[in-house]
Amino acid sequence: MFRNQYDTDVTTWSPAGRLFQVEYAMEAVKQGAAAVGLRSTSHVVLATVNTAASDLSSHQRKVFKIDDHIGVAIAGLTADGRVLSRYLRNECINHAFVYESPLPVSRLVVRLADKAQVCTQRSWKRPFGVGLLVAGLDETGAHLYYNCPSGSYFEYQAFAIGSRSQAAKTFLERRFESFNTYSRDELIKDAIFAIKETLQGDKLTSSICTVAIVGQDEAFHMIDQKVIQEIINSMEIKEDAPADQAPLQEDKGSEEAPMDI
Amino acid sequence: MALRRDWVYENNGGTCVAIAGSDYCVIAADTRLSVGYSIYTREFSKICNLADKCVLATSGFQGDMKALQKNLAARHLIYQHQHNKQMSCPAMAQLLSNTLYYKRFFPYYTFNILGGLDSDGKGCVFTYDAVGSYERVGYSAQGTGAGLIIPVLDNQLKSPSPLLLPAKDAVTPLSEAEAVDLVKDVFASATERDIYTGDKVEIVVINASGIRQELMELRKD
Repeated sequence: MFRNQYDTDVTTWSPAGRLFQVEYAMEAVKQGAAAVGLRSTSHVVLATVNTAASDLSSHQRKVFKIDDHIGVAIAGLTADGRVLSRYLRNECINHAFVYESPLPVSRLVVRLADKAQVCTQRSWKRPFGVGLLVAGLDETGAHLYYNCPSGSYFEYQAFAIGSRSQAAKTFLERRFESFNTYSRDELIKDAIFAIKETLQGDKLTSSICTVAIVGQDEAFHMIDQKVIQEIINSMEIKEDAPADQAPLQEDKGSEEAPMDI
Repeated sequence: MALRRDWVYENNGGTCVAIAGSDYCVIAADTRLSVGYSIYTREFSKICNLADKCVLATSGFQGDMKALQKNLAARHLIYQHQHNKQMSCPAMAQLLSNTLYYKRFFPYYTFNILGGLDSDGKGCVFTYDAVGSYERVGYSAQGTGAGLIIPVLDNQLKSPSPLLLPAKDAVTPLSEAEAVDLVKDVFASATERDIYTGDKVEIVVINASGIRQELMELRKD
């Protein structure tokens, strides 16, 4: 990205009608470690790649339970993600307190999007540097949304964000039409496969990924590492070369931007 | 006599009892909801499972009971998000006390008993007044039938009385089955003389294997 004279404030438009600060915030999301989400009619699965600042440190938490029926996976500035998760949890608790029923997912993502939009229209604030994949179940069924720093959100059958997510997206694009018929276990398997696509040669082990699921009879929870390892062991090693996708990515190697960790 | 038009409370009657054992806790409450000489419903639960080792039984004004339970349940959810674990019973006990005292000048008209297992797995019972004064005891009763029940528990539980000094470890040496039978007897007796107690008694037992619930019929008059 080249420097522009219109990119100092979030409240300054460029002549082409762009808000560069917001776009730079979306860049921060692209630098974060990958996160994918997949949805069937009855379940939604989130999977993320674990990053660690160094071998000495623990892994960054990228998946948060928001309520029994909603969870999020984040990519980008994880501190922003943590703060937003706290906000989302509060919204769910307050809604359940007043209405004695779970907050519908679509309402939650709107509130999150509005909160993000505020930061794009105040000179003393900066946009959130985190993208969230919101997975949830409510009366209207299973939902997967992507909320970005600009304040816009979209619903998806499947999506991937973060670094090298294009490889995962290509994988998902080939398969998403049948996701609605997938069983719970098939969905988990494909999520792990999608994560594998983003690793591009790094070995896939259960310690490198976090998988979480929410379903009609299943509260949002992380799947045990042992179970993930069993699934990985049972996966046939496919020869689709994710390396084809490498030229499309900005070559950042395996380094993450400092603020992602 | 001046007509007081600002009385916002109502006593819905009912009795709660709890007994702590060495590795279990029994909490029981009747299911009758009344006002004056009438019955609103015979099937109203006064018991709320706040955490997997912590149960709250409340007598008094049920509107405030409902509000208090929701408040505590929401605070527990926040605690779980922040600490990644359930609240212990002593922690919940302090939270309940603070919540009640917060409304010191417009109290929750509730008489609470909190029962569960402490971090060592021993039974614990905490008993409260309406504004949050609380104490850990080996057994307690609150509500309209409490006056009929406490003397019997004092006599039957063979645990050191909370009135003795120095304070002794108060759990009863009775077994879980004996304690549950005692609770059933004690409710049957209270039902005979207290008009607000009756219909059914809901008995909840917490032990290492979890929470178990039992309902027993009582006299309906």
